[in-house]
Amino acid sequence: MIFLDKLITGISLGSIYAIIALGYTMVYGIAKMLNFAHGDVIMMGAYIAFCTLQYLNLPPVMALIVAMAACTVMGVVIEGLAYRPLRQAASLAVLITAIGMSYLLQNLALMIWGANPKSFPGTMISIPTLSLFGGQLKITGATLVTILANVVIMVGLTLFTSRAKTGKAMRCVSEDRGAASLMGINVNRTISITFAIGSALAAVAGILLCSSYPTLQPTTGSMPGIKAFTAAVFGGIGSIPGAMLGGLLLGIIEIFGKAYISTELGDAIVFAVLIVVLLVRPSGLLGKPVREKV
Amino acid sequence: MSEEKRTPLLDVSGIHVYYGAIHAIKGVSFQVYPDEIVTLIGANGAGKSTTLNTITGLLRPKQGTICFDGKNVTSLPSHKMISQGIALCPEGRRIFQQMTVRENLEMGGFIRQASEIQSSMEEMFERFPRLKEREKQVAGTLSGGEQQMLAMARALMTRPRLLMLDEPSMGLAPILVEQIFGIIKEMHGAGVTILLVEQNAQMALSIADRAYVLETGTITMEGQADDLLHNDNVRKAYLGS
Repeated sequence: MIFLDKLITGISLGSIYAIIALGYTMVYGIAKMLNFAHGDVIMMGAYIAFCTLQYLNLPPVMALIVAMAACTVMGVVIEGLAYRPLRQAASLAVLITAIGMSYLLQNLALMIWGANPKSFPGTMISIPTLSLFGGQLKITGATLVTILANVVIMVGLTLFTSRAKTGKAMRCVSEDRGAASLMGINVNRTISITFAIGSALAAVAGILLCSSYPTLQPTTGSMPGIKAFTAAVFGGIGSIPGAMLGGLLLGIIEIFGKAYISTELGDAIVFAVLIVVLLVRPSGLLGKPVREKV
Repeated sequence: MSEEKRTPLLDVSGIHVYYGAIHAIKGVSFQVYPDEIVTLIGANGAGKSTTLNTITGLLRPKQGTICFDGKNVTSLPSHKMISQGIALCPEGRRIFQQMTVRENLEMGGFIRQASEIQSSMEEMFERFPRLKEREKQVAGTLSGGEQQMLAMARALMTRPRLLMLDEPSMGLAPILVEQIFGIIKEMHGAGVTILLVEQNAQMALSIADRAYVLETGTITMEGQADDLLHNDNVRKAYLGS
């Protein structure tokens, strides 16, 4: 029963990683950059939801909508102001800008909300805990919602990229920007939309993360951000199913590692697994090896 | 010269293009009139592809203007060119390798309505029956000739007025080159004006009305394709005889 309990906790944590990893993987696939500020957008999303609930006394659904809307705007503005001017620049310059943006967001949060951790209200997800096997196995509402949200997002995004016109345009831009613009696809706009989707998902991830782990502070997004990035690489960066698989596996490995091997070494185990996977499959679990163009 | 009286469909005048410090195109001017097949020939590195990429806005000229159908399109972004009626079938084909044949064609019609895409697609499948057979196949798995056909069909999905083809014969077996050039002639017959860039000067001159010879970023010769085909200098430099 402990095993099952840990597995469910792992899937839940993994679902959060997967949703964050989607933001990394989509932006990488389409804009060809690593947006290291992504983890901090999650933190901002959580703070905004927190304020909406706590100070404006709005219902949880409104908190979700406000946080998603605010993060969408934030993502598009960050892309437009910080990354777009560097479209032709070396990728190292973009990477450093992204790291700078990450610290900017953290310090902004520090300035607005202070260093003292806030306790994220449990009222955000007020679904009762599910009790199974006569109370031997308890699944919290937050866990259920997290897993469900992950499934919905994954199905939604898969349909979007395979069916919707904008989704297909994203795949074109991801493969060949020049050829995409010859088709009449506005590359800059497509990249903006990608940031918008990634950031809206970051808001969802932030709320889910803080519903399960309620300590909210300016660095809340950092570690999950790095782990989700790891998950994206693990699954094959640029691949949407890869982000899903990588995120879930990472969450499960982390929880099992902590439960059965060592609590202190939990994070180290996660990264060790990444190193091993990349040694065996450099393009990640579901990543496509870079094909030579004829 | 009856052609001179008409308005050119494409009028490139005095363009200069740089790659960083390298002056790749040094004041190139040429015209394409409606219903013509015009070819730009020249050696590797002469600036042929650079010229086409500049026309579509993928590169920007430092000087000079590009007019299409009397409208100055020099500073238009590349994604607006297709709606003007200019399509480029790029060098190396650049089809979307991970998408299916059908999706590639859909993307070719990106700026159009779904119903128009459908009718254009049927038209393309009729003209390129091979693509119909491969409809659901991922484009990266097609043969070179099929990929070239797909690239051409994709460029035709918007029913462009000017189709620019960049090295359509590159890397293809002679029999396929014949087939591709046959298709170019058919498309021309269907009312598409064509600007063709080729290293295979023999083939290009044999189907073109007029031709320009590009050497290290400048036009060194121009005239009727027939005349150039029999010109001694051209024969020596580009036709290997």
